[in-house]
Amino acid sequence: MDLSAINPILFVAGFLVAATPLIFAAIGELVVEKSGVLNLGVEGMMITGAICGFAVAVETGSPLLGFAAAAAGGALLSLLFAFLTQIALANQVASGLALTLFGLGLSALLGQSYVGVKPPRLGDIDFGPLADIPVIGPAVFTHDIILYLGLALVAATWAVLKFTRAGLVLRAVGESHDAAHALGYHVKRIRTFAIMFGGACAGVGGAYISLIRVPQWTEGMTAGIGWIALALVVFASWKPGRLLLGAYLFGGITQLQLNLQGAGVAIPVEYLAMSPYLITIIVLVILSADKSAAPASLGRTFHASQ
Amino acid sequence: MKLTKLLTSAAIALGLATAAHADGHEKTKVGFVFVGPVGDGGWTYEHNQGRLAVEEEFGDAVETVFVENVAEGPDSERVMTQMALDGADLIFTTSFGYMDPTINVAKKFPDVKFEHATGYKRADNVSTYSARFYEGRAIQGHIAGSMTKSNIIGYIGSYPIPEVIRGINSAYIHAKKVNPDVQFKIVWAYTWFDPAKEADAAKVLIEQGADVVLQHTDSTAPQAAAQEAGNVITFGQASDMAQYAPTPRVSSIIDNWAPYYIARTKAVMDGTWESTDTWDGIGPGMVGIGEITDAVPAEVKEQALALKESIASGAYHPFTGPINKQDGSAWLAEGETADDGTLAGMNFYVEGIEGDIPQ
Repeated sequence: MDLSAINPILFVAGFLVAATPLIFAAIGELVVEKSGVLNLGVEGMMITGAICGFAVAVETGSPLLGFAAAAAGGALLSLLFAFLTQIALANQVASGLALTLFGLGLSALLGQSYVGVKPPRLGDIDFGPLADIPVIGPAVFTHDIILYLGLALVAATWAVLKFTRAGLVLRAVGESHDAAHALGYHVKRIRTFAIMFGGACAGVGGAYISLIRVPQWTEGMTAGIGWIALALVVFASWKPGRLLLGAYLFGGITQLQLNLQGAGVAIPVEYLAMSPYLITIIVLVILSADKSAAPASLGRTFHASQ
Repeated sequence: MKLTKLLTSAAIALGLATAAHADGHEKTKVGFVFVGPVGDGGWTYEHNQGRLAVEEEFGDAVETVFVENVAEGPDSERVMTQMALDGADLIFTTSFGYMDPTINVAKKFPDVKFEHATGYKRADNVSTYSARFYEGRAIQGHIAGSMTKSNIIGYIGSYPIPEVIRGINSAYIHAKKVNPDVQFKIVWAYTWFDPAKEADAAKVLIEQGADVVLQHTDSTAPQAAAQEAGNVITFGQASDMAQYAPTPRVSSIIDNWAPYYIARTKAVMDGTWESTDTWDGIGPGMVGIGEITDAVPAEVKEQALALKESIASGAYHPFTGPINKQDGSAWLAEGETADDGTLAGMNFYVEGIEGDIPQ
């Protein structure tokens, strides 16, 4: 065993990056579920965002344009889900699963000519003197703008849901769409916007994998992160703060277990490999011991005549 | 209600994927079950190349079907059953974890022939086949040991199964031969295909000082991570991964399944198919060594090619004694070579490798 082989600075920097795709996908889904819609298509929207972002970044040479395209791609795909569930009143679970299957197939098709291409690199933000702070500087202040954007998005979502009228309306729609409708709010319009927001976030999360974390395009490269994001929303009991904690726990322990393996720590590898899932779930379940339930209208279809 | 909906939609999706070819039966129908996507650039990509070669060879006389991204375990059993019900005559199941499902489904369909890759359980209608990847690993180990400056070689393992452990041992023995100070850092990813995780594993190994990364997972993500880091060399796994040449990818192991798939399909057509166990290496061409790039010093390249020659001709076996097991007990005496039985079930590290194999 040689723990000195683990560099704590690189470790922290590594897990911040590893958690970012999860944060984007989960915060988007949180907003969607707060509006009373269960979209199981996160994986499909992520992978679509991953290839849209990758393709546009490669073609234009601008990673930021790539991320914009990823958001647009994810949102566009989520519009299909919005159409199915809000207009055609289809079952949300089935539509979400279909969206995932469709997204995986579509991305494989779009990505055929991008296998083995190297994307342009998104530079890190220059924080000036902040980056010179010992330990904290190189660990926290040496990342790309998208990573910080993810953090800002979590904070903004929390603030909007808690303090603003828009957040209140969104929650009202999610808790009781009939009451919200009776008050004159456009339930479907609000839900459609929420779904698109979720799609855009998932798309950016996917592109973060293909443009920064890996960086390359491979079919099916999100490999289940969308499903973990879905689970994370539930275990975080629909609270942005806990979601952030959960994402960091998951990303951090994933990174830690790889580090420990490399350093040859004498803990059986099976336990290390399952630890991210186990610890994240345990911590969030303990935290959610208070009464925080799912939005009351979650997964129910709404039609004004009913 | 939600669960049943979920199951129904999953069943419909599966039905759509597999039921498209349920008609006439004059063609020989060959099915393939893949663990990753055909575009993974590695393991599954090469199996799919084999499938395409079968189509090319027999044209209208065969029909091939495949299902990709099939999880190892119960899911795969469902997929195989569906293929057999849809009239497949021959089914290739191309991952180690399909072993028991293949045997189970084969029992239910005695008239369908099954071919399981990298496993060791056979039946009257189940053959096994694999390639001696460890021969290629010996060459990688030689290059890795010669080229490392930090003397730390990172190894990304998938699952602790004999096939992967053989590769680690073979690479280690040959790295150690040219560089007595070499140390292996092994990280188990517990996945065959998860680009993000594979890239993370590669990054961690590089951060911990490795300047050579060997992988036994299916995607090209570790290559991308190495390229990003710079000054790290890698080897293509299962496929050439030439898009990462000349660096970081300095050589590769290429699986060439096409001749085998064609021969076995032919055997089914002719009615001469029998349950067999095939394990071919560099000599018969099932394992190919990708071009060694100019990033490798000429002298090392020459030695590596000589090593390849001697393995191909059978003059040299990568597991030739004296070799001790990790605990120091003797395994192979001077000049003795490993028998296939021990290799097929290999569950120990050789002397010098640190750490335990997950049990």
